[in-house]
Amino acid sequence: MNVAQHKLEVRRNNSRLFIRLALVAVGMFGFGYLLVPFYYQICAAWNVNALGQVDEKPVNTQVDTSRTITVEFDSNAHGQLPWRFKPLVNHIEVHPGQLTTVEYEVVNERPVAITAQAVASYGPQLAGEYFKKIECFCFTQQTLAPGETRRMPVTFVVDPKLPKDVNSIALSYTFFEVAGRGGKG
Amino acid sequence: MSAVVDTHDHGHDHDDHGHGHHGPYSGLMRWVTTTNHKDIGTMYLWFAGFMFFVGGVMALLIRLELFHPGLQFLNPDFYNQLVTSHGLIMIFGAIMPAFVGFANWQIPMMIGAPDMAFARLNNWSFWLLPFAATLLIMAYFMPGGAPGTGWTLYSPLTVQQGIGMDFTIFAVHILGMSSILGSINIITTILNMRAPGMTMMRLPLFVWTWLITAYLLVAAMPVLAGAVTMTLTDRHFGTTFFNAAGGGDPVLYQHIFWFFGHPEVYIIALPAFGVISQVIPAFSRKPLFGYASMVYAVAAIAILSFIVWAHHMYTVGMPVTGQLFFMYATTLIAVPTGVKVFNWVATMWKGSLTFETPMLWACGFLFMFTLGGFTGLVLSLVPIDIQLHDTYYVVAHFHYVMVAGAMFGAFAGIYFWLPKWTGKMYNETLGQWHFWLTLIFFNMIFFVQHFLGMAGMPRRIPDYPLMFQTWNEISSLGALGFALTQFIFLYNLFTTLKSGAPAAQKQWEGADSLDWTHLPTPAPYHTFETPPVLK
Repeated sequence: MNVAQHKLEVRRNNSRLFIRLALVAVGMFGFGYLLVPFYYQICAAWNVNALGQVDEKPVNTQVDTSRTITVEFDSNAHGQLPWRFKPLVNHIEVHPGQLTTVEYEVVNERPVAITAQAVASYGPQLAGEYFKKIECFCFTQQTLAPGETRRMPVTFVVDPKLPKDVNSIALSYTFFEVAGRGGKG
Repeated sequence: MSAVVDTHDHGHDHDDHGHGHHGPYSGLMRWVTTTNHKDIGTMYLWFAGFMFFVGGVMALLIRLELFHPGLQFLNPDFYNQLVTSHGLIMIFGAIMPAFVGFANWQIPMMIGAPDMAFARLNNWSFWLLPFAATLLIMAYFMPGGAPGTGWTLYSPLTVQQGIGMDFTIFAVHILGMSSILGSINIITTILNMRAPGMTMMRLPLFVWTWLITAYLLVAAMPVLAGAVTMTLTDRHFGTTFFNAAGGGDPVLYQHIFWFFGHPEVYIIALPAFGVISQVIPAFSRKPLFGYASMVYAVAAIAILSFIVWAHHMYTVGMPVTGQLFFMYATTLIAVPTGVKVFNWVATMWKGSLTFETPMLWACGFLFMFTLGGFTGLVLSLVPIDIQLHDTYYVVAHFHYVMVAGAMFGAFAGIYFWLPKWTGKMYNETLGQWHFWLTLIFFNMIFFVQHFLGMAGMPRRIPDYPLMFQTWNEISSLGALGFALTQFIFLYNLFTTLKSGAPAAQKQWEGADSLDWTHLPTPAPYHTFETPPVLK
């Protein structure tokens, strides 16, 4: 094969490869568009991105008057915290689903301002899951001026889904001093 | 490669050439009309260098605003535009053209070919670039300014931007076309134009990495073109691919974009791997350790790069199964990358090492790129990434890969091949100062950004809380030092071109590719018109 023939041969091979690679490029451009229906199918199959779907089925939010639950209130101040802390009522009878508000009273017995945080606990423990607090002094830290007395509300609903064998719930609050904060709530 | 017989330079008369002139045209028309791979490579490199400074000025403005908290110099809109343009210009205007420049210069000389396969197309591929860059810059002067979306051009922001967005979309189209044509040219050159006896497994590793990079480009760039075309039709022609108002989905854009975007990371990194794989053996005076495993590792990285895209978007609310798949696939890339790092170190092991400037850049690459790889592994883990997503930790990570990876690789290549290209030797002392100061200032800019990211500083925001001030001051001062250091390089480059000492044919003792062993220095305008015979 002479040089001219060889050059022609190389040139032909080059053009052939050019066309093939250009077709790949065009194909990949199309592939980008193919990804659009592909992703819609994937999302449908895996049930992601289902924006039109309702998150939860509607539930009966009516008060269940067929049951009565006794809620008992307890209160503690942790360790050396010089706060006198007590509920205004010791217990209350409620129906599941019924919005109820009770009050606690707290007195700072020291001549200095103190900040503390209340933490709730429940008996039986599983009742906590069904005890929905809508408003509570335990949502924020409380700062009491020297000698201050304060009444604080707890508003709650007992979820009607509370297991049938639970007839009474004990709600207990403990105040923990927030160390180092003093009165600078 | 010592058993190669030179059949070039055995005097042949001018009639052997298919064209009437032996040298280039003179003046400006030489550069406009040239089809010579060396001229085109030179133009790519000058263009990349210029854009490197343009993108660098943008980075400096960003760091200026971030020097102190509060808004001192830039309004937030303009800041966003700078962040966007800095990314686009550095990736598409600086790093990619720089490596295409290396490919143009080196691939024909390394495989014993007279030129690229499609010489005229090569000219066009280059001349598309200045127009694309002009469009990118012109966007600043449009009503509403340049897009402030970030370089990823995420919907829905892209649907809401002014006309500058359309300029950017067309710029991306043109850049993509240039890259695809350039890649087809490179693949064809490597597959069809090799000298007799230059089998695939004898190709220098730089050629291998570019072959695989070019395939990545041909496969990935059109997908980006598709994504921005969809954005364009969403903006003007009533389609709703990403426009949620018509049932489109912005997250869809992210999926399509990153299908391009992750291979793009390796499009940037692989040619730098190639340069490093030439430089380290040359200065270790040993053949590359594990040549075949290097080739397979590059191929493995390229294939894996197509199945990890969603690790850029762990936080969009994908199913846990998806997160797990992309997490495992991503960590898997550490294996072939680890093979490469191991082989580079093993090449140096018991070699007769010297540390001229190219080798310094290669060693800097090895340390810093590996560090960027490690932070990449950290980010690949879903629970950690959800904390670090869109923080400065990510910014630090990808600058270790882009700057200390790709850019250090490019500087290694410049210092390595400049003597062969120009026939003149650069100033070694200045080269070493350039390296050490760049290394120090680079870490000053970006190492502290890991701390900022872990402390929760979000990216792409011109203001920040007071507690981040110290690290940002250090980072901004580093950026200033980094920028000033690059003038050492410019000075060295210009004095070398003007009055550098003559370089030897085989300037580097350990270099063994055809350009060093078979060609005089400086490389003549036409080389290997008669292919060398390799035994």
